[in-house]
Amino acid sequence: MNETLKNKLTFRQGAIAAWPICLGYFPIGLALGVLAQKAGLPWWAVAMMSVMVFAGSAQFICVAMIAAGASTPAIILTTFVVNLRHVLMSSALAVYLQGVDRKFLALYSYGVTDESFAVNLTKFREGNWGRWQALIVNHLANSVWIIATTGGALIGQFVPQGALGVDYALTGMFICLLVFQLQGRIYVITGLLAAGLSTLWYLLIPGDSYIVGASMSAATIGYLLKRHYRRSK
Amino acid sequence: MTFNDYLFLCGGMGLVTYLPRALPLLYLAHRKMPQWLIDWLSLIPVAILSALIAPSLFTDAATRSFAFGKLELLVAIPTLIFSLKTRSLGGTVLVGMLLYWLGGMI
Repeated sequence: MNETLKNKLTFRQGAIAAWPICLGYFPIGLALGVLAQKAGLPWWAVAMMSVMVFAGSAQFICVAMIAAGASTPAIILTTFVVNLRHVLMSSALAVYLQGVDRKFLALYSYGVTDESFAVNLTKFREGNWGRWQALIVNHLANSVWIIATTGGALIGQFVPQGALGVDYALTGMFICLLVFQLQGRIYVITGLLAAGLSTLWYLLIPGDSYIVGASMSAATIGYLLKRHYRRSK
Repeated sequence: MTFNDYLFLCGGMGLVTYLPRALPLLYLAHRKMPQWLIDWLSLIPVAILSALIAPSLFTDAATRSFAFGKLELLVAIPTLIFSLKTRSLGGTVLVGMLLYWLGGMI
């Protein structure tokens, strides 16, 4: 009885943390499904991709590349480059998952996305957050993603676009999670640096390297500034 | 494309997506990380979040050019202020959506 209650509580905490992600995934997933269907992908291929890959931006790029007649190796290589940013996120999460058994980590890794990373890392840092809650966030987001993308491929063309501003849900979530990260001057400086660098990088260099490039550069400058400040004190 | 073509494509995409997600966790979670790495990684979330949001606020994705005053940016300002004042994730998401919806109708 006590165990069931605890499990219920864990699930509820995970679900409460996951809802903004789920809300944001719905319109994006539907849109992806509609585009995929227009590009000639059958609904089961959309479902298969959402289960096996689970990476929003890479899936959008894949659909565009299929529509343009790109080869399978080219699509796989592009996916690799676009998703390399997750190396940084997994590394940052490792700080909070020290010594956790490898089976759990192997399952957990599957669900590391921009959104689940941002939510779980914020929660871990606040404390009072466990790996099971984090895993529930990952898998709830994944379930909604699979349902929304498949649904989009099946019935997406009948859904009105842009209703209730739901297209802004993930941007709103990222803005708030960014605010939660601002825990001192060095974080504000790093954030501003990353904003400026990523915008410039995005404008000047084609492709998606701006996310990894700008965030690594900004974190490095921030780290050096912090160290310099600490030494000179 | 046949079923097997899609299976091969999704399998390949899945593998190259999974490995960058899994290897750092599997490796780093069982090593003692040096302090400099922990300090550096503590700045990664704020940097990644900024790098994900900023280009969508200040540039036009279709032409990949600088665009100042987009609806996304105009909505982001009150949303940011609301979030700083209330520190409520759910509230911020709803306020952002509401303003974006209203802004789109003007």
